[in-house]
Amino acid sequence: MGHGPPPFFKRGPAPLARLAFFVALALLLLVADLRFHTLEPTRMAVGALLWPLQKAVLLPVEGAGEAGNYFASVARLQEENAGLRQRQTAQANLLLRQAHLDEENRRLRALLDMRERVDAPVQAAEILYAARDPFSRRVVIDLGSSQGIETGQAVIDDVGVVGQVTRTFPLTSEVTLLTDKHQAIPVQVERNGLRAILAGAGGGQMELQFLPTNVDVQAGDTLVTSGLDGIYLPGLPVARVSHISRDNSYAFAHIECAPLAGVERRSQVLVLGKRTPPPEPEASEERPPAPKPGRRGGKGERSR
Amino acid sequence: MIQPTHASRRILLPARSWFIYLSLCIALVLNLIPVDYLPLLPDWLALTLAFWCIHQPLKIGMGAGFLFGLLMDVADASVMGQHALAYVLLAFAAGGLSRRVLWFPLALQALQVLPLLLGTQLVMLLVRLATGAEFPGLTYFFSSVIATLLWHPLSYVLLLPQYQPVERDDNRPI
Repeated sequence: MGHGPPPFFKRGPAPLARLAFFVALALLLLVADLRFHTLEPTRMAVGALLWPLQKAVLLPVEGAGEAGNYFASVARLQEENAGLRQRQTAQANLLLRQAHLDEENRRLRALLDMRERVDAPVQAAEILYAARDPFSRRVVIDLGSSQGIETGQAVIDDVGVVGQVTRTFPLTSEVTLLTDKHQAIPVQVERNGLRAILAGAGGGQMELQFLPTNVDVQAGDTLVTSGLDGIYLPGLPVARVSHISRDNSYAFAHIECAPLAGVERRSQVLVLGKRTPPPEPEASEERPPAPKPGRRGGKGERSR
Repeated sequence: MIQPTHASRRILLPARSWFIYLSLCIALVLNLIPVDYLPLLPDWLALTLAFWCIHQPLKIGMGAGFLFGLLMDVADASVMGQHALAYVLLAFAAGGLSRRVLWFPLALQALQVLPLLLGTQLVMLLVRLATGAEFPGLTYFFSSVIATLLWHPLSYVLLLPQYQPVERDDNRPI
């Protein structure tokens, strides 16, 4: 017979020791996820485990939404229908000539010996819900890796760019919205072709970064994707410049932009297929030496 | 174990482990309900975890906090370990306070739970700010205040199974 304490007093390790253990474990997870991004398989496994639960919770919410739609007044539907018809007629001109213009564009590009533009395949998706995390701006869509979605694909709606797929699960994927602070997109001012980088600024706004105070940008300018990144197709509308403050005491102009697409409130989106990035320019011997590097780049783009 | 409860002079039945975990799972499901982010929504899981860590510190503690924190991290699309860290600290603090809090009436209990929940949120805020996320505004802390207001009804709901009499009496359903 042992003379250990009766089981009533057996309480395992001291609370402080347990606290130290679990805090160390949590910090390890934090570092592994933030610094080394090694936890994606774990996240995927737990996500797959949680999915039935999430789906079950989603059902009543969806049902309530559908019931609301069912009882929507006929007048509103008719109004919406009329609006859509009007828009379709207004766009018919462009749509009818689209095939012709595409063909012409292809031939002209061939004449100019330029690389052909690739059209990305498109998948329609629905936004299931916005992630609850108040520190980032993400939504979850109902397409996942089993439907061929990969991280890095661009997501658009009928007006412009919404964001980018940043994480995929088997049946769902997470889209980081453009207004997220960690999300940046290369853009071009539509009016003069000036290239810049647009980044989320928090509060549903975006900011055009690293442009000098005397830059030729006006409030109301439309920004479109430049396509330089190899992810977004060029020419997709992204944002409109809403406010510029040029203060010479700062190195850069502070240019605020508002997203064009219903970034924070859409429910139907399109996921663009993955673009194959253009091949890296090869360092060939016969290229003539650049005459004076540095001067041409910035000015040349603007005169387009 | 005989628990001190503020007003009722009755002796509670021992809490059942399966009921504790079931209530935590229900809280997790409540957290999963996909509504767009509102600062008014309480963190049900943190509230339920604090409740059980105060009432049953021997049955539940930091391990459960860590596990449910991980589930919440995945469901929330946040950084792995953010909720886990916050819930472990919450479970530790709640377990430490358990001998003191239960002697107070429910309203004063809620007042003592408020700093715990605010601290949980503060830990999450610090973790995210350290990694460069945007500050969600002071309304972020409002969910803890709402959760505190829910302490009173939650206490009754979660203690209901323990109010059952030992001997069944047909004339007294509860």
